[in-house]
Amino acid sequence: MPKWALAWFALTLIMLVFGFYKAMTAPTEATMGNLYRVFFYHLPHTILSFIFPYLNCGASLLYLFWRNRNVERAAAADAFALAAAEVTVLYATIGLATGMLWGRAAWGIWWAWDARMTTYLLLWLLYVSYLLVRRYSATGQTAVIAAVLAIFAAIDVPICFMSIRWWRTQHPAAVFGGGSDSGIDPSMVPAVLWNMLAWAMWGALILGLRYAIERRLQRQSNARALGFLGNEPGTAF
Amino acid sequence: MNYAQHVLTHLRKDLRLEWRTKDSINGMLFFALLVVVVLAMAFDPASYPTMTRQISGGLLWVALLFAAMTALNQSWARETNNNVLDAHRLSSAPASALFVGKALANFLFVIAVEVVLAPIFTIFYNLHPLGETWKLLIILPLGTWALVVNGTFFAALSLRSRNRETLLPLVLLPISMPALLAMIQATTAVLTGEFEPTLWIKVLVAYVVVFTTACVLLFQTILSAD
Repeated sequence: MPKWALAWFALTLIMLVFGFYKAMTAPTEATMGNLYRVFFYHLPHTILSFIFPYLNCGASLLYLFWRNRNVERAAAADAFALAAAEVTVLYATIGLATGMLWGRAAWGIWWAWDARMTTYLLLWLLYVSYLLVRRYSATGQTAVIAAVLAIFAAIDVPICFMSIRWWRTQHPAAVFGGGSDSGIDPSMVPAVLWNMLAWAMWGALILGLRYAIERRLQRQSNARALGFLGNEPGTAF
Repeated sequence: MNYAQHVLTHLRKDLRLEWRTKDSINGMLFFALLVVVVLAMAFDPASYPTMTRQISGGLLWVALLFAAMTALNQSWARETNNNVLDAHRLSSAPASALFVGKALANFLFVIAVEVVLAPIFTIFYNLHPLGETWKLLIILPLGTWALVVNGTFFAALSLRSRNRETLLPLVLLPISMPALLAMIQATTAVLTGEFEPTLWIKVLVAYVVVFTTACVLLFQTILSAD
């Protein structure tokens, strides 16, 4: 692991521990008691998992721009897009899981097809399909196909968001948790912000590491394709 | 030749191929019919008219979606015989004209299936729509185009992948989810007459405009992907 990553890792760990401390010592919520504390993990993960897709889309656009201009930069953009998509899926999975724990405690059911949950599930599905496409597509085309799909997915997210909101306002039955959860008690704000920062740092760390690994894999496969691997002593991969 | 003539030439070629074999339409039609029959095993459509009206919109589009997906893969597989696709890539004709022609052809095939399937559906499921039925004449073509435009694009995208039959639904379904929601809601609105389909038609129009543009702009990239 490079030195910057170790330093960042140590800093992130301190932040996470501090965030945990803040989350556990925040005042107990009136109706749900201590069960509500999962919220401090749920909120940062959900918000961040709406940011990573746009990093993925931006990197994909850069990839398409550099594809025929600068191969090295294009490969870097592609590695970054893949790393961003993986972190999206990871954060969205944690967001969904913690959301379901919360739902079970607050509403008595694991899942309700309300506007936010449905949109969020669709986001998760979109980026899982992106990763599957990367796995299945033919070598040599993966990057282009994935970049195009990333653009489609990024266009789709806001359309999903709006259409599902209209869907659920048209059928007002069974709206759980609407309205009441807007706004939180000011005494909980520090814990939310600290955790948000800590998880953003953690996301950046795994994104960076995943990017570095992907770049190394790219260099390895390039070297293998050229037949250099093993022939050149001292080449560190 | 101008752009429209290129599109027309591609369209004419696809229609002629289909006219000679009738593979796509026959396959889709029978497949959709089978889905309709299988779904009738899940509930009794004739005995519960209210419930049937509420869920028929969804069932019709599910049948059409699955049927269309069987044909979409085939529509590009035709172009891979004798490396026709490479000839397309070398051709000076705009790549998007190939795409638009193919999407129009697929659109016409699915519309043909709908023309046959809709009466069958009405009879088998004992449907009595309570809304304004003429609005289906807007909803069906719009919904079909929304499915077919992305379907044709993603079928081209997964053309040279390892298992393209699996890949197409994996990509197409998540992206089409807002369109599916809109077309199912609009159709249900017409069948039940309980609410207005206008909002959902607008969503469909927006979806169609946005994704048709994206497909046309990005098709060149996909065609010369390697």
